Amino acid sequence: MGRKIENLLIEFARIHRFMMSFLREAVSPPYEFKEIIRQCYEIGWKSFPLISLTGFIVGFVFTKQSRPSLEEFGATSWLPALISIAIVRALAPLVTALIASGKVGSQIGAELSSMNVTEQIDAMEVSGTNPTKFLISTRIIATTISIPILCFYVAGIGLLGGYLSITSKDDLSFLAFFTQVFESINIKDIYAMVIRAVVFGFTIGFASTYVGYYSSKGTEGVGKAANSAVVSSMFLVFIEELLIVQLLSLIN
Amino acid sequence: MEKSNVNIDRTDVVINVDAVSKSFGDLHVLRDVDLKLYNGENLVVLGRSGTGKSVLIKLISGLLTPDDGNINVLGEIVNMLDERGLRQLRQRIGFSFQNSALYDSMTVRENLEFPLVRNKRNLTRKEINSEVEEVLDGVGLLQTLNQMPSELSGGQRKRIGIARTLILRPDIMLYDEPTAGLDPITCLDVNTLINEVQERYHTSSIIITHDLSCAKMVGDRMVMLLDGKFERQGTFKEIFDTDDERVKPFYDYNFIV
Repeated sequence: MGRKIENLLIEFARIHRFMMSFLREAVSPPYEFKEIIRQCYEIGWKSFPLISLTGFIVGFVFTKQSRPSLEEFGATSWLPALISIAIVRALAPLVTALIASGKVGSQIGAELSSMNVTEQIDAMEVSGTNPTKFLISTRIIATTISIPILCFYVAGIGLLGGYLSITSKDDLSFLAFFTQVFESINIKDIYAMVIRAVVFGFTIGFASTYVGYYSSKGTEGVGKAANSAVVSSMFLVFIEELLIVQLLSLIN
Repeated sequence: MEKSNVNIDRTDVVINVDAVSKSFGDLHVLRDVDLKLYNGENLVVLGRSGTGKSVLIKLISGLLTPDDGNINVLGEIVNMLDERGLRQLRQRIGFSFQNSALYDSMTVRENLEFPLVRNKRNLTRKEINSEVEEVLDGVGLLQTLNQMPSELSGGQRKRIGIARTLILRPDIMLYDEPTAGLDPITCLDVNTLINEVQERYHTSSIIITHDLSCAKMVGDRMVMLLDGKFERQGTFKEIFDTDDERVKPFYDYNFIV
């Protein structure tokens, strides 16, 4: 028991040191702009096909499933308002974060871990360069930038899915749909979505790089790191979602 | 093929390992170890696998910290340096890894540029290109400039790993098993390269190996790590002219079996 507590404290100390090291390297020049852009491309741009499909399906299916409940009250005209609130306030950031945890988290975890196994990180260190600046900061900054952008995209494509689901049964113009959508949400909802996405992006980047950087050596370590990056990112995203919802309702 | 004598000034110590111990849990890898590397010397560290040879050079480069004792490299106590000091010192130490540790997402050119542009920020693109090409030409692999590490053979990767460390013009080179996993002819090429590096760049080197042909060809002096201590040192002949049952099988396997 004593040993477990000691290990836990050591882990917390290591997380703290990792965080401090990231913050120091992220704000101090020279900056690795080229690598940040490359990572944004790897993380953001290459996730577009998967995110597009998922966002569209979520919007389409959610609208389809919500219709019967509203039909009972003859309130199907509220569908645009309902889906816009659901997508902007909850689904878009959460779906983006969960997809990114799986795709980006595993990619970062496995990549850093295999660099660790093949001593590439040690090679950076002994050549007088800073692996935290090049490998860690760039990836965390890239996820923190890319995931909010993906989140806006998911919201848009989700709403499009919702619109197509509605028009499969009702006549509704594109303009009328989006007029209702923008009447239902306000600027606070957009802020809340951006805050969520930024927090989730940072969390996914931080958890995945931490797990990959400190992975155990050997090929087994690569698999474990990829797995652990996904699990810990998803777990933290859910915990944060819970906390943010509580916090926002307190503020509201 | 034995190495011809090189004049070494035995008063100019560039690495001084002083009473260093290192354990991993209950495993005592190095026990109260002393070692000196003189300026311009190629020192070969021999020993069985798992005896702590690689641990020794990781301690010297600051990748590991000793449990006890001090390591003085070029006048700096490595285990007492802060991160910034360590980074500055490491620019003067080249580390050639056993598996080369090339960055596999970068081309050969990018691999060589990586430490250069991050340590010498005021270089122009023309100067960077000329440095990269010069060093790569020095290891005889200029034609691989735009290739990915996955497209190279083991020997080529090893030479490019050495080129990447040479680009910062280090004073000290640390070679971890430079000939491991290579065929005899490629081994000969790598050994020749190690001697060329010593001559051309005036480096002092520690070469970790259990390949006695390599040791004989590149070493000015040798030490043998036995049970966590350097118990034997001297020339090749001095090391192996013994009945010590821990040493004899080494020679027998390499030259008789």
